[in-house]
Amino acid sequence: MELWVFYLAAAAAVASALVAVTHRNPVINVLALIVTFFCVAVNFALMGADFLAGAQVLIYAGAILVLFLFVVMLLGAPTVSAEENPRPIQKTLGAFLAALVAAAGFFFFRGFSGEGLASPHAGVTTHALGRLLVGPHLFAFELVSVVLLAALIGALVLVKRKH
Amino acid sequence: MWAEVGVTAFKLAVIAGVLLTVVPVMTWVERRGAAFIQDRLGPNRVGPWGLLQPVADAVKLLFKEDVTPAHVSKGLYFLAPAIAVFVALSTFIVIPFAKAEGITLFGVPLKGLIVAPDLNIGVLYLLALSSISVYGIVLAGWASNNKYSLLGGLRSSAQLISYELAMTLAVLGVLLANGDLRLTTIVEHQGKLWNAVPQFLGFLVFLVAAFAETNRLPFDLAEAENELVAGYHVEFSSMKFAAFMMSEYINMTTVSALATTLYLGGWNLPGVSLPSGWLGLLLSFAIFFAKVGFLLWLFVWVRWTLPRFRFDQLMRLGWKGLIPLALLNLLWVSLGLTQGWW
Repeated sequence: MELWVFYLAAAAAVASALVAVTHRNPVINVLALIVTFFCVAVNFALMGADFLAGAQVLIYAGAILVLFLFVVMLLGAPTVSAEENPRPIQKTLGAFLAALVAAAGFFFFRGFSGEGLASPHAGVTTHALGRLLVGPHLFAFELVSVVLLAALIGALVLVKRKH
Repeated sequence: MWAEVGVTAFKLAVIAGVLLTVVPVMTWVERRGAAFIQDRLGPNRVGPWGLLQPVADAVKLLFKEDVTPAHVSKGLYFLAPAIAVFVALSTFIVIPFAKAEGITLFGVPLKGLIVAPDLNIGVLYLLALSSISVYGIVLAGWASNNKYSLLGGLRSSAQLISYELAMTLAVLGVLLANGDLRLTTIVEHQGKLWNAVPQFLGFLVFLVAAFAETNRLPFDLAEAENELVAGYHVEFSSMKFAAFMMSEYINMTTVSALATTLYLGGWNLPGVSLPSGWLGLLLSFAIFFAKVGFLLWLFVWVRWTLPRFRFDQLMRLGWKGLIPLALLNLLWVSLGLTQGWW
């Protein structure tokens, strides 16, 4: 049963990701991306990473994409018609990068033994994650928060009105 | 396995039944309550005290013509009310409605009147799903292809993002004091002292944010009748319109139940120890719903007492008022924890 849920979620993730990059309507793109994030969250939950699944939905699907949608709707981004193709280089470059990522994924997958993975259904992951964050990985954790703070202040400085 | 499925089905039936009954009752309470606050009588013709008015309204809504305007974006127009109701209904599965000690059903322990007792991330699940609820409103606004709807949808998304932060920070205080994401544990932890007492500030922030999250006055800028006609659901008629109304009332119930669980001790009453067995279940359910009922009345009470905020005031209150207060509450709780006060 879990296998079928996985196949279903994975297929939906790939399909919605394709819609997200190919559809001509920006609102549909954002919505498809939300579906993708949901499917990824389902896969996290299947692996027993319940906290990660919840955080995925809360942060990406619930907060960041609402902002995306907000901006798309506010700017009223027009639907791009199929004939015009103003970005020829980007398309080739994108295809090249996608091929590179696919190749990397393939080789990573071939050499992957499953070692070092937490066993699924390990129980409560929230507690363990918290311990790791403020224990061995405290420095990286604080570093990330400093980076976020810098980004926050940077955004403030950039949008501040000049008097 | 089938016994467990049966138990879950039983709980789902009970809780969904309760929630869907709250909707018509609350529409009646709202209309009568508004009337009494404004010194009128309100609907009192259908049934005793007008109690059958919601039934008449439901029949009317079902039989009204379902108009789909020609200029809407069809798929999303149908999807939006569905998302709103789906999210509203699926959030309550992690809320424990009553305690169930020593009760077995089909040979399986009941583990409290909660649909998913073994979900470790209770509060996180609830916050995650409630953050999804904005899509119902935003999509309704966009798909309607109407400037008033769009403005309502945009306002709603900005408002939800701002108040979600304050709400999550307030909830964080409770999680810090109780050390578990499961709501059942949080309720059991409040046997002696309700969280609302040491974390009064957090409770206040949570309540204000709850009004904003459910789009209720004084924060109902998404539908602001006198400037946006009816905001995001202008173009919806018949049951699609009813779906938005339903989701609003279900969300109010969920958020009241959450406030009861997190801050008002769930089914705990100070100085009262509940018996185990079915009697305990019924009693705890009654206590829990008395508290939820009070909070629901608070929603109605505030709606007909306070005027609406202006949008910039709303944003200022969210970012400059509530978030610092929630952070202060968090500091206070941490201080208490290090000193061993609770």
